[in-house]
Amino acid sequence: MNFRKNKSLFLFLLPGLILYSIFFIVPTINAVIYSFTDWDGLSPDFNVVGFDNYINIVTNDSIFLKAFVNNIKFMLFVLIFQTVFSLIFAMFLIKNTKTNIFLRALYFFPTILSSVSVAFIWTFIYDPSIGVLNTVLDSINLGFLKQSWLGNQDLAIFSVAVTQVWFHTGQMLIIFVAGLQAIPKDLYEVADMEGARKWDRFRFVTWPMIAPSATIVMAYTTIQSFKAFDLIFAMTRGGPNYSTEILATLIYSTAFRSFEFGYASAQSVIFMIVIALITVAQFRLLRASRVQE
Amino acid sequence: MKAFKIILLSLFALVIIIPLIAVIFTTFKSTTEVFANILGVPESFRFDNYVSIFVDQPMARYFMNSVIVTLFSVTFTIFFASLIAYAITRMFGWIGVVFFSLFTLGMMVPAQVNMIPLYQLVFDLGLTNSLLGLILVNISVTMPVAIFIMSGFMKSIPKTLFEAARIDGASEWKMYRKIAIPLSIPSIAATSIFLFVMHWNDLLYPLLFITKNEYKTLPLALLEFQGEYATNYPMLFTGVLIASAPMVLAYLFLQRYFIEGVTAGAVKG
Repeated sequence: MNFRKNKSLFLFLLPGLILYSIFFIVPTINAVIYSFTDWDGLSPDFNVVGFDNYINIVTNDSIFLKAFVNNIKFMLFVLIFQTVFSLIFAMFLIKNTKTNIFLRALYFFPTILSSVSVAFIWTFIYDPSIGVLNTVLDSINLGFLKQSWLGNQDLAIFSVAVTQVWFHTGQMLIIFVAGLQAIPKDLYEVADMEGARKWDRFRFVTWPMIAPSATIVMAYTTIQSFKAFDLIFAMTRGGPNYSTEILATLIYSTAFRSFEFGYASAQSVIFMIVIALITVAQFRLLRASRVQE
Repeated sequence: MKAFKIILLSLFALVIIIPLIAVIFTTFKSTTEVFANILGVPESFRFDNYVSIFVDQPMARYFMNSVIVTLFSVTFTIFFASLIAYAITRMFGWIGVVFFSLFTLGMMVPAQVNMIPLYQLVFDLGLTNSLLGLILVNISVTMPVAIFIMSGFMKSIPKTLFEAARIDGASEWKMYRKIAIPLSIPSIAATSIFLFVMHWNDLLYPLLFITKNEYKTLPLALLEFQGEYATNYPMLFTGVLIASAPMVLAYLFLQRYFIEGVTAGAVKG
């Protein structure tokens, strides 16, 4: 009976499963297979090289290391500023008044734009000769701070990170507002009766209660900053001199600029492992923060 | 504290608004005017740039391609994913769990991993430079998150509804159509909007599979304007405005659903 019942349900799975197998599962397995070869993506033959690609990446690939470090810099910057800003703004905008709903919708707005559009807007802001930022700095007598924001190799990755914060803070704010609104009012009443100051209210009521939302925000921000391919590709293509290269853009250029399909596949498998480790860690954190409740 | 709050809120509002207004103003300026007056109101609101972008570029073609790819990708992702979500919630025991894991594990695989084999596969199938190839790939890669959101929702439908329908002799197909789908409308709406934004704005897959103008979608076309127009911001921003217009208009009317939808993808995914 059970099996027969399941049998008719298998038909429901079929169309999606066929597509998913052809265009997702098989390519993912193939990526792992390619990673053990020296295939260049063009010629019909290639050699199986075992773990050579992986060994090379780990021991001998300074650009991969640089992209990884950039990824970490980018992630930490975005993680700190995006989380802090979105939490502060969410606390300001927690009540559903007309102004607050309007501001939430305004802050959220950039999220619906394409990364390419956002990249153009910020290239305009950062433009070294006519850019908005340098013009504004000039007009408020801070001309000495003027910069080639995307051309300066030490600064470029952070300039891109600022763009990412602008792009997604509004989205994270919404998650925090939902979390804050779910906190029972009587908890604050109890805190007030105990004579809690503002900071105590935050420290002992708000923070423990929004820990789950905070975990979601931070986890999502982390993953998002590892996957910020579109934005960085459209803004800088990873340049100048690899200073904004992150793993996602590096894998693309290894594959489609240098045509090292085998090597790029090995890079992508390592990339996948990094993302998987982060995802597992975030689930652990999430569970831990739920237990505390 | 109150003053601090107002200052901070207005500052951030300005940081969002000023660039957006600058984009709109710039589309009415000539390049020389932008140089002279970067943030100011344009001398006159003439539509020269809008006219020339449609004359110089197959803009209407790009626009149509984006519409076709997005519509088909969203519709079929929702259709296939809702069938799967239904089957998973109705299946007994471990079989449902296995399929659920098989699909949702896909959310952990970044696009950069299967992009190389996908490029090869699409080429071998002769689907390079075709909207069909793009649509098939879009459906496959967004199914995991759609299944994840929708099956979470369908699990909350009371089992007794299905049992009652079963006793009345309803087939699975009928229960899917008459019970599961109508009761899942909120999650279907949220997922659709999430997918709309994602597919409309996607750059990676068009970049991989499309080289001919005939088949380019808006984000890819915009990206290539960079090479052509360099720092001709009036033309770039006219492109940005045309490419963003449908999403912006939809956002104005369906704000709440957008916020719910785009955030559903974040929280659940």
